[in-house]
Amino acid sequence: MSTATARKIRVVVAKPGLDGHDRGAKIIARALRDAGMEVIYTGLHQTPEQIAETVIQEDADAVGLSILSGAHMTLVPRIVELLKAQGVDDVLVTVGGTIPAEDIPELKQLGVAAVFTPGAGTEEIVEFIEKGAAERHANE
Amino acid sequence: MATEPRQRPATEDGEVERKTLSGHPIEPLYGPERAPADPEQTIGAPGAYPFTRGPYESMYRGRLWTMRQFAGFGTVEETNERFHYLLGHGQTGLSTAFDMPTLMGYDSDHERSLGEVGREGVAVDTLDDMEKLFEGIPLGGVSTSMTINAPAAILLAFYVLVGEEQGTPPEQLAGTIQTDILKEYIAQKEWCFPIEPALRLVTDMVEWCTEKMPRWHPVSISGYHIREAGSTAQQELAFTLKDGLTYVERAIERGLDVDEFAPRLSFFFNAHVDFFEEIAKYRAARRIWAREMKETYGAKREESMRLRFHAQTAGVSLTAQQPLNNVVRTSIEALAAVLGGTQSLHTNSFDEALALPTEEAVRVALRTQQVIAFESGVANTPDPLGGSWFVEQLTDEMEAAAYDYFARIDELGGMVEAIRRNFPQREIADASFAYQREVDERERIVVGVNDFVQDDEPETPILRIDPELERKQADRLAATKSARDGSAVESALAELKAAAATDANLMPPIISAARARATEGEMIAALQEVFGTYTESPVF
Repeated sequence: MSTATARKIRVVVAKPGLDGHDRGAKIIARALRDAGMEVIYTGLHQTPEQIAETVIQEDADAVGLSILSGAHMTLVPRIVELLKAQGVDDVLVTVGGTIPAEDIPELKQLGVAAVFTPGAGTEEIVEFIEKGAAERHANE
Repeated sequence: MATEPRQRPATEDGEVERKTLSGHPIEPLYGPERAPADPEQTIGAPGAYPFTRGPYESMYRGRLWTMRQFAGFGTVEETNERFHYLLGHGQTGLSTAFDMPTLMGYDSDHERSLGEVGREGVAVDTLDDMEKLFEGIPLGGVSTSMTINAPAAILLAFYVLVGEEQGTPPEQLAGTIQTDILKEYIAQKEWCFPIEPALRLVTDMVEWCTEKMPRWHPVSISGYHIREAGSTAQQELAFTLKDGLTYVERAIERGLDVDEFAPRLSFFFNAHVDFFEEIAKYRAARRIWAREMKETYGAKREESMRLRFHAQTAGVSLTAQQPLNNVVRTSIEALAAVLGGTQSLHTNSFDEALALPTEEAVRVALRTQQVIAFESGVANTPDPLGGSWFVEQLTDEMEAAAYDYFARIDELGGMVEAIRRNFPQREIADASFAYQREVDERERIVVGVNDFVQDDEPETPILRIDPELERKQADRLAATKSARDGSAVESALAELKAAAATDANLMPPIISAARARATEGEMIAALQEVFGTYTESPVF
């Protein structure tokens, strides 16, 4: 957590689309909370519109999109597009789930800062979000 | 890559502590002092109460487990092809995976289905799709499992109608439909309705199938998904059996005779990588179920007391790193399921950490079962590990752990109330977090992930779902809609809605609507107008 601000890092952990696999998302949500961040877990079956709205309403520094349904190349671009359209383009966007290596470059081109695939350690993810959000604070 | 030697946590006297995957302590040695006191009573023979050693006297000597690979992707054309491939390579039962929209009750052309069609399973919207799915496969000659829960009644209707069209009446159809809605609220999270109407539908299916489909399992009471969500083996066992007993209670409340419906209940367990824990789990499951059915629910027939199950090797044990290692994991898990006496088995493919299986990978998975069945010799005698001091002790401990959970659930007011209060969900969240911590801290080694890591690995080719298939399915759906009698569909849906508002069995009106080519989404939407929908209050 950045010392330049007393405000906790705010992270939205979201489950886009119809995917019901929430084990990973919940673990990350808990780990982020344990690391001192303010976590908003959206729950399941969120539309891109709902997620974008939550990110904005919660004034989130970061959003973690968890997708294990194979629908990521439809859902992630849509979410990023909605955030941009609403003038929120400084949120750290991360993606986690069953994402084939082939798709990662395209996701990163869209502005996704990191893609965490099966086997990624919890610490690695927490640190990445902490660091990424702190950088954004520093740039404010 | 060089790694630091990992330290195992030591107990106070310097002994190194050993635990199962679920955290259950394992003693340094199990010897004859542990021999079961009264094995004829407490363990029994295979095929006899309390069925610890298996539901059948001869087990695999009489008949091998069914080799039943879960399959489905894209449209019904691609999946029909995969069905034929698997049957051609020697599998002995079919198992159908549906896509997320179908599982959640949405048609392929619904806006919520965008990007999701055909990705996790096959897209089925109407009876026309179902006909194509089983093209060239006479339903009278196979047994088919269908993994679908909230919309199960609709998919069963589709299947029955395809059978009818092919000339096989419902009473001759063999197979299973998952239908187990309680575990959806707990773990798999695919729902359409609130809990009570959903349970009504389950009981409708049990009632209807008991009368009309004596060769069918109207419900597959499942622990697989509970375990995949992160539960321990003990929780998987307890929550699954408690869900099952809840369905038993509901069926009895409906006025059904336990000895009429209980023989057609079936189960579905995970086969995870801690070998002996899994075997003990299956044996304990049979013994607990037999006792409860006999002593608590008054079953008189042996068929009502014997637990029969399908098993699937643990998806969560698969790694994206060094995927060929997954062949080893799947083999160990499959062996545990067989030594535990499973009636039906799916083995995961080595590439499934990241995608649905390729043909090559699923063939290896099927061959794994065939090697076990025909080369290893383990099928030559029932329950070969029976009498092992370790296995019998572990079985007893598994049973005791399940009863502890039963007591806690009963204290909360039963399983439905426990679910409402998020009890099983929280247990699962805690267990999954504890496991992840163990892996992060390297207290638990996952080969290739936190030890024996390979820095640059070649990429494994994986199955990609062609996005074109979504449009193809939309075309199929449009064709059905334009060919059907729109007003017949409308009145069938109106009748379904009206029936839903009474306590009539909903299978007949669903079958009528299905026959008229009402879509799954239309039927679900009609029911939701009466039943409402469900949103969870998640805990993490």
